[in-house]
Parts: sequence; structure tokens; C-alpha cells
Amino acid sequence: MMNSTSASPAAPISASGDGSDARRNSKRPKYSRFTQQELPACKPILTPQWVISIFTLVGIIFVPIGVAALLASHDVVEIVDRYETDCIPGNDKIGHIQNPTSNKTCIRVLTVPKDMDKPVYVYYQLDNFYQNHRRYVKSRNDQQLRDKNKANETSGCDPEKTTANGVPIVPCGLIAWSLFNDTYNFTHNNGKALTVNKKDISWKSDRNHKFGSDVFPKNFQNGALIGGGKLNPKIPLSEQEDLIVWMRTAALPTFRKLYGRIEVDLKENDTITVVLENNYNTYTFGGKKKLVLSTTSWLGGKNDFLGIAYLSIGGVCFFLATLFTVVYLLKPRKLGDPSYLSWNNNRLMQ
Amino acid sequence: MTRAEKIRDKLRREKLRWSKIYTFNCARANPELIDFANPFNGLQGPGFSRKVQCNQPSLHRRKPLHYPSNYISTTKYNIITFLPKAIFEQFRRVANLYFLLAAVLSLTPIAPFSAVSMIAPLAFVVGLSMAKEAVEDWRRFMQDMKVNKRKVSIHKGDGNFYYKKWHKIFVGDVVKVEKDHFFPADLLLLSSSYEDGICYVETMNLDGETNLKVKRALDVTLHFDEDKTFKDFYATIRCEDPNPSLYTFVGNLEYEKQVCSLDPNQILLRDSKLRNTSYIYGVVIFTGHDSKVMQNSTESPSKRSSIEKKMDYIIYILFTLLVLISLISSIGYAVYTKFGMRNWWYLQPENASTLYNPLMPALSGIFHLVTALIMYGYLIPVSLYVSIEVVKVLQAMFINQDIQMYDEDTGKPAEARTSNLNEELGQVDTILSDKTGTLTCNQMDFLKCSIAGVSYGVGSSEVEIAAAKHIASEFSGSPGHNCFPADYWDNNVDDSSVIQLEDGITCKVVKDPKPKIKGFSFEDDRLMQGNWVKEPSRGTLQMFFRVLAVCHTAIPEHDEENGTFTYEAESPDEGAFLVAAREFGFEFFKRTQSSVFIRESYPNPLEREFKILNLLEFNSKRKRMSVIVRDDSGQIILFCKGADSIIFDRLSKNGKMYEADTMKHLNEFGEAGLRTLALAYKVLDESEYSTWNAEFLRAKTAIGLDRDAQLEQVADLMERELVLIGATAVEDKLQKGVPQCIDKLAQAGLKIWLLTGDKMETAVNIGLLRLGLKQISISTMNTDFLDQDAKKAFLSCLEQNIKDNILLQITNASRMVKLEKDPHAAFALIIDGKALSYALEDDMKHHFLGLAVDCASVICCRVSPKQKALVTRLVKEGTGKTTLAIGDGANDVGMIQEADIGVGISGVEGMQFPALYQQGPKNLFFDWSRIIAWTANGLYSSIVVFFINISIFYDQAFQSEGQTADMAAMGTTMFTCIIWAVNLQIALTMSHFTWIQHLFVWGSVSTWYLFLFGYGFMSPVISGNAFHILIESLGPAPIYWITTFLVAAACNLPYFAHLSYQRLFYPLDHHVIQEIKYFKKDLTDEQMWTRERSKARQETKIGFTARVDAKIRQLKGKLQKKTSNLFNPPKHEINLPPPCIYSTANLAFSRQNFIASPNLHQVETPLPLHLEMKVKN
Repeated sequence: MMNSTSASPAAPISASGDGSDARRNSKRPKYSRFTQQELPACKPILTPQWVISIFTLVGIIFVPIGVAALLASHDVVEIVDRYETDCIPGNDKIGHIQNPTSNKTCIRVLTVPKDMDKPVYVYYQLDNFYQNHRRYVKSRNDQQLRDKNKANETSGCDPEKTTANGVPIVPCGLIAWSLFNDTYNFTHNNGKALTVNKKDISWKSDRNHKFGSDVFPKNFQNGALIGGGKLNPKIPLSEQEDLIVWMRTAALPTFRKLYGRIEVDLKENDTITVVLENNYNTYTFGGKKKLVLSTTSWLGGKNDFLGIAYLSIGGVCFFLATLFTVVYLLKPRKLGDPSYLSWNNNRLMQ
Repeated sequence: MTRAEKIRDKLRREKLRWSKIYTFNCARANPELIDFANPFNGLQGPGFSRKVQCNQPSLHRRKPLHYPSNYISTTKYNIITFLPKAIFEQFRRVANLYFLLAAVLSLTPIAPFSAVSMIAPLAFVVGLSMAKEAVEDWRRFMQDMKVNKRKVSIHKGDGNFYYKKWHKIFVGDVVKVEKDHFFPADLLLLSSSYEDGICYVETMNLDGETNLKVKRALDVTLHFDEDKTFKDFYATIRCEDPNPSLYTFVGNLEYEKQVCSLDPNQILLRDSKLRNTSYIYGVVIFTGHDSKVMQNSTESPSKRSSIEKKMDYIIYILFTLLVLISLISSIGYAVYTKFGMRNWWYLQPENASTLYNPLMPALSGIFHLVTALIMYGYLIPVSLYVSIEVVKVLQAMFINQDIQMYDEDTGKPAEARTSNLNEELGQVDTILSDKTGTLTCNQMDFLKCSIAGVSYGVGSSEVEIAAAKHIASEFSGSPGHNCFPADYWDNNVDDSSVIQLEDGITCKVVKDPKPKIKGFSFEDDRLMQGNWVKEPSRGTLQMFFRVLAVCHTAIPEHDEENGTFTYEAESPDEGAFLVAAREFGFEFFKRTQSSVFIRESYPNPLEREFKILNLLEFNSKRKRMSVIVRDDSGQIILFCKGADSIIFDRLSKNGKMYEADTMKHLNEFGEAGLRTLALAYKVLDESEYSTWNAEFLRAKTAIGLDRDAQLEQVADLMERELVLIGATAVEDKLQKGVPQCIDKLAQAGLKIWLLTGDKMETAVNIGLLRLGLKQISISTMNTDFLDQDAKKAFLSCLEQNIKDNILLQITNASRMVKLEKDPHAAFALIIDGKALSYALEDDMKHHFLGLAVDCASVICCRVSPKQKALVTRLVKEGTGKTTLAIGDGANDVGMIQEADIGVGISGVEGMQFPALYQQGPKNLFFDWSRIIAWTANGLYSSIVVFFINISIFYDQAFQSEGQTADMAAMGTTMFTCIIWAVNLQIALTMSHFTWIQHLFVWGSVSTWYLFLFGYGFMSPVISGNAFHILIESLGPAPIYWITTFLVAAACNLPYFAHLSYQRLFYPLDHHVIQEIKYFKKDLTDEQMWTRERSKARQETKIGFTARVDAKIRQLKGKLQKKTSNLFNPPKHEINLPPPCIYSTANLAFSRQNFIASPNLHQVETPLPLHLEMKVKN
């Protein structure tokens, strides 16, 4: 630096820069570990020990979870009864189902395969029903459902917005319009009626926040085209739990929806007689209808997939752990061995 | 004395008539008076329309002579153009264009999402990028303003001068520029503080040349040398239009009915600096963007990095994929709509709109195609560019903040002007460097000398220190040694360390503290403090010092603060010599028109006057400089200094006494990377001199084209029969960190091209060349001595000839390079600016490039800025590799803009392993197989996420309360899985976790849950089915958490397995090095780094390491001899004060007359390709 010496500075030809030290120092970047990229860092290295232990550990965690999930699934007792073929007479199924006056009552007898502890959940299952169609999913208006002053809010509800004379429909839209309306009545063994509790089958948040307790159905299913079920205009939407459950659109074309709860223990070999009203038209699109009675475990209903998946992944991990151990024993590599550097390796990289 | 008197005194002293002293520089025939009847010959018509009314700038503010003001602007945008231009720039990116389209479409019912969710991210992304551009352009603007607001003294009328801002200067203004100030515009020199109107100009910013140039005003304007004289100054200049050629100027000055022709000698260019001259007066000819330097700058392009370009390709591919998926999806949709939907009564197909009409499935399908294109648009990440941009801005910030890139000397931190190109830094293949200023300090250090066949000076050059350290460490081999061998550049060595070699030779490496005297690092007690008088050859020594003190063109300046003299010299070498002479006790303190005064301290202090009779100054053709003086005893002596080859050719029979020894020393100096000059003298008798002088005067006053030739011939006659005194060796210190940097770059396999405005000799000296490198020179005939018109005529008729000749040279050289059998042979291509201009023509450039690529280093000398840019473009486009241009001044702007990256070098980080860099240019981490592998991994993950979720949430209840999962529950679970899978993936790819990584990886995951929680608390009108989703349905359900865990593991399993496999069995270099560091192997095996380093680096034939290697070979050879000679131990004391092994060894062996092993003296083999066509006038 030019100001560093008191001895005679030589040819000023090479002198450069001016200004005071203070100005210079102000431009000096401030030191901090962050700006200098010197933050303390953890630099884990995948050693064979680590690799093998990680795979083993994952295996050790996954297999028990898989076993537990499978056990839970196996504890669940499920009765599935497909009835849409048996509950319709003759050839003209569509004509029968669309005829409002035809008798649609049907009787099914179910046998309990194993003890079913209460509560036993009752579901209806539809098949080939595209509740996830874009046109269908969008055809509702949440504002109208929760606020009685917003009955006129029917945007998005096409084509079930208003009646023919322009009065808004509450609840509007295709979802509500196509409400499922089969009904089930259960009799235990020899005629003792099994009550189905239909309260609290929907999410509490739906009842309290999404469907207004002062919003009543208006002009619903009054048009020329009748879709599914009708609603009692005296009961506020927040208490129309079948509608609330139906309005939670399913992700897949096969879905179950909660119908109610039987709050009685069912014993093995008990018979249950179901008197059902086969009102809902699935015949046009060839959909199946099933009645499902099921208990639940901590994981929910009967589904072995989760357990199997856990067991498979756990198994793969054990396998990989073994494989790495074997390969490592057969062909070990000294860590940090410079001979593995590319230039010692016949210039593999070039 | 009052201050004013002092100044006047100074001015008087400076009123030297240099033109009388100089023989060649100011040689000019009488001012050419042009035939007044036809004064505009050649200066009319297109290209020569400029007319400057001197001292009447007001005439140039309006038509017809309106020229732009001196305001310059290098910004990309201005306030009005910013918005449209920046937006255009943004939507040049394919992805942004796609998102714009999607955003527009999202306003229609076709869109699957709400308009806000499409527009908001796009606006954010584009806004951020534009803000970045704006900030960067603002910085450029501020820089321009800084330049525009510089002040210069301007004639306001009536002989009064005022300071005015640069941007207010107009053509025709008379300006007064003071010493060490930049010229504000292109000026015509009128007069200077020197009586004969010469001035010194430093053009480093312009063409990179470091030596000062002499400019000389026309005689007719010489008398305008005071403010007052400009009261009535009127003249007209007619000249060429603005053009980028720095070395030409054609014009006339009409003054008082005389017409004088102007040439580049009178033109002072913007951005060059006035040196060694108190002030000059000049008339502004070209202003602002008309000035030559601005003409040389090309439009600053919006640079897009190669990654960004590649990313565009990826986006095209993704887009194709997207279209394909959407097409399949919409065909399926159309089929379903036609055959399925009419039965789906719950959709009321009879009332359906066109979007879903089963009667018009094709139309619905087309609409669906658009929807799908938008919906699957997540294939093209909207945040792709913005995340890269944010990363780059941060990188730029880190670069700017890096203390290691902070330069203490100038107080400047590194400054990344644009953050667009950071990632390219890792992919550079070819470096194009401007030499001077950028690489060297341009500060000469007098280090050694050889006088009367004895080598003096024990200081060591950088090359020697490094070689000695290396050898020493290799011989001692003991761990924990001070001379840590891993790094030639280890600066942590103690100030002084003694290395004991096995055979008893002691090497003392002295890291001397900063030299106390600038330009003088010489150390040798035999000469210092007047000790030289005790040496046997004191007479020769005295003569040597006198040559140093007398033979120059410098002016002493008294520094009143500490009472010493500083010197204003034309070249830094001269400055160093004068400082050296002063330190030896021969202080040059005064120069008059005819004499040089020296204060000699030893043996007895006295002042001597040397009358300067003639001065034959240095030029690149002569490569020597002589003065003829009469000393105080009346004796006439010629002192001469020059390139060794030139001097050796001119020795008398009696003058060759020291030739052999000096030659040997010169070789040693050269190998040590020093610049050498030989010194000689000759005593003349009176009659001999007067005969010669008469002839010389005749030549000097001769008129005609061959005057220069005559002068040279006469000078040549005098500079013969010399007596050799010795030689000097100065070190042109490279800028701190630069040699290390170049060295590492070379080791990392980068090619380095040197594009310099300097002369060939200076350029070759830089250290990029080592001995033994075969040089290929390509040049044209020398047309320097022809005057303009003749040259033009010649060029036009010989153009084709020259071109053919150069092509022949290139093809010959290529053939030779190809035929070379020796794998270690390295070639250096040296080409000068003129030959380059032919080589760069379209039909030749590929031959040229082909040859250049085969050479280890390429040096282009005397190239203009435009050529620098052209060469850069040629390399960039011809090789398709990333280029990096290093430069420091305006002369490099074109090159810097043309290159993929432009930087100013300051040094690289210490322990970076250069070999790892090789992964960069090879693009190991961004090649197509990697891209495809990652895509496959992504596909796998998406399949896993989708099907596991579908299967788990199939139809049964998903928790113990019996409810089944609806769309919202399933979707949310899926997304949670994605969040985990992706972040785990990121964590797995990282090898370096600081709190920042932890924060961002785990922070992303937690943010998702926080978002879900918060969003769930918003009104159901907004959140819809996501209302209370986490706290009510998903949170309490164990299956939600278990699924996440399963999917995250399943997604990352293959990648982790691959990673483990690769790391365990096929590690990449950085893995191994990480392990070495982790297990601290380097502490137990000290030699390892050195060993691996030497293996890792690419064969480097240039740079410091190559030189050190050569030195090491040499030393080893000597040591071998030494050990074999141990049977007769040498008599001399080995523990001599010389502080470094090589000097010990040198002394030892030179005294015993050892013949060095043959490989040490690799002799330069200039090829017979240097064809010179003699053109006869």
C-alpha cells in the first residue's frame, strides 16, 4: 500500500488510488459467519454402517406397524350386500325406478359372520358414480347453504339454479339435486327393530359452520326433472345430515357414505332383516348399490392394503440392508481411499 | 517562496524541450501544409463530415453542426422504456409466456383453478425478476452519473476557465486537463506544460498498454499555452466521423488560413490519463457516445446463462410432455363424454353447456384440452426461474460480501454487476484475459543484477521461493514441517524457516516483509551501504550504477515531506532502475534541458553533471536505449541498455569479457521469471563523436519518407563496439493472488488466452510461457514505418497476398502441431493485432481457431478492444464452451460483454481442490442422463403417492368414527405426502447442513401444517371442504400420519438405495474428498494432498506451476550431481547467508563449474514460421 511506508516512495507511475482509510474501510464487507459462508455445518457421510443401520432401522419400524395395521384390519367385521340387481323386478329396470308410483320396497336378510361390537356403522356404497366430475363438484353454492339471506346466491349451481319461474332453489346445484334416497330399516333376529341412529353422521364443523341452522330447503325438487331425494322443508339444512354427508363429494367413482349407526352389539350368526326402499336410480349408468355394515378399528374400516404396504417396504429395507452388508463384505471400499479418485481410476470421468 | 512562486518554478523546470532530446518519438517533418486551393482532399464525402468550430461550442448545440453532448449512459432501460422492455425480457422466457397464457385463460370458465391462483404467482415471479433488473440498472445509472459528474476546466470565453461537469461539455469546447486526470472526451491537443507541446498519456484503460505514450501538439497551436491566450482562438477542424478505431485519425486543422493535417499523435482519447505533464489544453472533437472508446463498446446484451438456455430446452420437453398428457386426457374425456356421460343423469347431460356436451364431444374435448394444459401446468414449475433468480441474487450478495475477495489496497470489495451468470462461473472452459493491469501490478521490483560476471542479489523471485520450498519439503519429508508441501502457495510459512537438506545444504526461506522501498527488493550486503567500493571490480560497478542513473528519460520530483526524490518515468522499469541507483548511492536529482545531475555518495559524496549530447530512446523495434553524455571530466561516454540479444550482438572484442557469465546469469534470471536488460557502455573520443554527430544531425533534419530509416541507421552506427557491464533483473510482480489463481485455473484444465494491447515482449513475459514451450508466431509484415497513404495503397494491393500468407502460416503451424510426436510438447501461439485482423475474417477464422485450440496458450498482442470482442466471440461460438473474460478497463468492455462471463480477478479460495472443478465444465451435474433420471424418479414418486393414497383411502372409513374420506381429505393427505417426499428428497441430496438448510427443509414441512391449520380456520366460504380439516378429520386420524410416513419412505427408498450404492462402491471425487476430510486422513498422511493434487491437475504447460516444475527439475538435477559429488566435498561454506536453496546450489555449482544437466536448459525453439515480407518502398 502506498501509505504504508515512511521511506521514500519510488516512481509515482505506479501509484494508484486515493482517499482516506476511513472511506476504504467503509466498503469492507462486514464479517459474519453467514456472509462469509462459514456457518457451522453438519456434514453427514453415508458410511456403510450408516446405510445398513438406516435400512435396518426403517425395516424395524415398518414391519411392526404393518403387523398392527393388518391386525386392525382383520379385527374389523364387515357385511357387504349388493342389492340393486335383486331389488328390481323385470326387464324395464329404468322404467320401474323412474316410475314414482311403483313399489320399490325390497327385503334383504343378512347374517352376521362374527361378533360385531357397537357401534356398527351402516353405509351405502355406490359404484360407477362420478361424484368427482368437474361439472358435479362445482355445482353448489356454499354461501347459500350457510346463510339464509343468501338464498339468491346461486352462482355455480348450473343447471339447478332456479325453478322454471326463476325462483332460487335452496339448496341449489346438481349435488343436492341428486341426493341419494334409498332407505334402510333393520330388524334384529326375530323382529326386534334395530334403530339406526342418523345423528352426528356428518362432520361437526359442517353442521355448525357450513349448513345454516336457519336455512330451510326451498323449491327443492319442484321442477320438471326430479333428481334424487327430497328434503323436508321444515327441517333446517344443519339437521339434514344425509344431505350434509352427500355434499362431501367423494374422490373416486366407488364410494361409501355413512348412513347411520346401529348402537347394539351384534352376535355371530345373528340374522338381520333389512327392509329397504330402492328409490335411487343407478340403473341408467349401470352402477352397483351395496349396503355395508361395518365396525371400525383405530385405523378405520377394513383395508389390508396399509398393512401389506408397510410390511413390503419393511421387507425391502431388510433385504437391502442384507444386500449391502453382503456386497460390502465381499467388496469393501476403504473410506477416504484416494485410489477411488477419478484420476486414479483411469480417468473414468473423461 | 510563496506557493505561487513554487508552482511557477516547477513549471519552469518542466518547460523542457523534450522534442530536442528525443530522437524518434517526436521525429516529425515540418508541419505539412496542405495545398490551400484544395484543402479538403480526402476529407469530404461520407465518413468525413465532421466539422468542429474550435472555441465556439455554442455552434454545436444546434443544427447543422449539432453533435451529442458528452453525456454517457450505459443503462439498459430508462424510465419510459423500462416497463415495456423489462416485461418483454421477462416474457422471452418460454415458461413465463406459458404462464401468461394460462393466466389469461384462467379468467374464462375453462380454467380449472381460480384466476387469482394463476395470476398471483406469475405476477410475483415476474415482479421479482423485474425488480432485480431495475436495481441492477439503477446501479449502472449511478455509475454513469459518477462519470458524468466529474469536473474539468473549460474555457468560458475571454480567457477565463471554469470547472464544469463532464456531461456539459460540447464539441468545440477548449478544456484544460490537469495531471493524472482523465480526458473527458476525445480532444485535439493544442499545447501542454512542456514548451514544445508534448504530453504523456497513459492509455491503459483504452488498449491496455502500460507504457506511457508521447503525444505532440502541432507547432501552430503551441503558443496557446496560457488561459488568456484562448480569448481569441478560432480554428476549424474537419475530420472523420465517429468510429471505433483507436489508432487512426484523419483530419485537418484550419487555423489562420493555414491548413495542417492531423494524425493520431495529436488526439487525446477519452478514458486515457494525462501523466507526467502538469496540464494540457485541448479542443473537444468527439463527445459522449461519439468518442472512440464509447464507439468501441457494444450494446450491453441481456446475458442468459447456458443453464438458462438448457432450461428452456427442458421446458420445451416438459411442454411437449404436457401437451401429450393433455391430449390423451382430452381424448379420453371426449370418449367418456360421448359414451358415458349421456347416462349420467346426475350431471343432467341434456342441459349441459358446451364444456361438457355429450352431443358435441369433440368440442368439449378441445375445451378440455385447454383445461388440461392449464391443470397439468404444474409440470412446468412457475417458480423455476424465480427460485433460480433468488438463489443467484443471494449468490451475488455472497460474492459481494466475501472478505476474501476484498482488496485491501484499493478498498474495493468484489462487485457482481449482474447476478444472471453466477452458475456459469463453474463451467468456464476458456479464459480470455487482458494482461496488463489485470494480472500484473505493473510495479517493477529491482531484484538482482549481474555485474562484471558476478551475480548479485539474494532476494528470491516468487518462482524460486516456491521451487525451493517444494524441493526442501521433498527432501526432508518430515511431517509438520513449516514448508508445508501441499501448497506452493502456502502463505502461513513463518517469516523465516531453515530447511535442512539431507546432504547438509541449508535452505533458508525468507519471506521478507514487504520491501521497504517500492520498486527495490534487492538485497546483497556486497553492494549496499557503499560496500561495493570494496569489491574487486569496483570500476565496472560504478559504471553499472551510472548507466542506471543516467540512461533514462525520467524527471525527478522532489518530495518535500521526506526530502527524497521520486521519479516520473515513461516505464516502470526505468522507475525501478532509478530507485535502485539511488539506493546504491547514485541519486539522480535534477534534469535540465541539457544535463542530468547525479549525487554520488560513495566513496566520497559529490554531485556530478552529465551533459546529455544525444538521446537515442527506446522503441520496440530498436529494443535498446542509449544516451551519449559528456561527464564532468570532459569524457564522452555512451551508455546503453537493452534486450540482451541486441546488446550481445553489439559488443566489441574487448567488451566480451563477461559475456559468458552474464549470459548464464541472464538465463537464470529468465528462469526465475524476471525481466532482464543488459547494460553496456562505450567511451568515445572527441573526433569520433563529432563525425558521427554531424551525420546524425543531417539525418535528423532530413526531409522525406526515409528519414526514420536514416536516423535509425545512424544510431545503429553509434551503438556498436560496446563494452558489456552486466545485466539487471526486475520482477514485474503479478497482482496478489493472480499467479495462484492462474495456476489453479490451468491445473483445473482451463485454457487461458491472453489478449493484450501490449507489445509481444511484454506479453510473453507474463509467466504464461515457460522455457521450452514451442512458440508459433503469426504476423504480418511490418508496415509501421510507412505513412498513412502509402500504407493504404500497399494494403489494398497486397491485401490478398498478406491474407494468403497468413493462411499459409496457420496451416503450416497446424500441420506441425498435428505431426508433433512428443506428448509433452506444448505450443504457444502468438499472433499480433494486424495478423489477427486477417485471421478473424470469415473464411480464415476456423483455421485460426483450430490451431489455437491445439495450443496450450494463445497470446494475442496489440489487439484493439474490438478485436478482443471478436476473438471472444470466435472462441465462444467456435468451441461452444463457456468463456470467461477478465479485464479491468474500458478497453475490455467489448470483450467482457461478448464473453459468457466477464470478471475482474482477485483470487480464489484457498483450499479448493482444482480437480473438483473439472466436474463443472464436464457438466457432470446437469447432463441429460441426470435430467432423465430425475424425471424418472419424479414419475416413480408421483405414482407411489397417487396409488398408495388411492388404495388406502379406497372406500372404507378412515378413522374410528366411521366417516369415509371425501375428496378434500384424500387430496390433503396426498399433498402432505408430496411435501414430505420432496423435502426428504432435498435433504438426501444435501451433504452440508447448516441451520439454514435445516430451517428451510423442515421449515417447509412445518409451514405446510401451519398453512393447513390456518386455512382451516378461515371462513368455509373461502376454505370450502378444507374447513377444519386438520383439527377435525385428518389430525385425529392415525391413518393420515401413518400414510404420510409410508409414502415418504416409499418415495425416497430407490433414491436412497442408489445414493448408498454409488457412495459405497462408485464414489465421485467430492465424496472421496469429503470422506478424507471427515476421517482426517489428511492429518495422518501429509503427502497425500500434494500427491493427489499433482495427479489431479490437468497437464499444465503454462503458468506458475509449470515454471516451478521446470525449476524443480533443474534443482533436482543439480542435487543429484551434488550427492554424487559428495566424495569430494566442496570447500566452500555451505551455510552462506543466501537465503534460499537455489542460490546456495547455484553458487556451489557455478564455482565448481558444473555443467547443468541437459534438460535444464531447454532452449526456446522459435519456429521458422515467422515470415517477414520485406516491402520495399
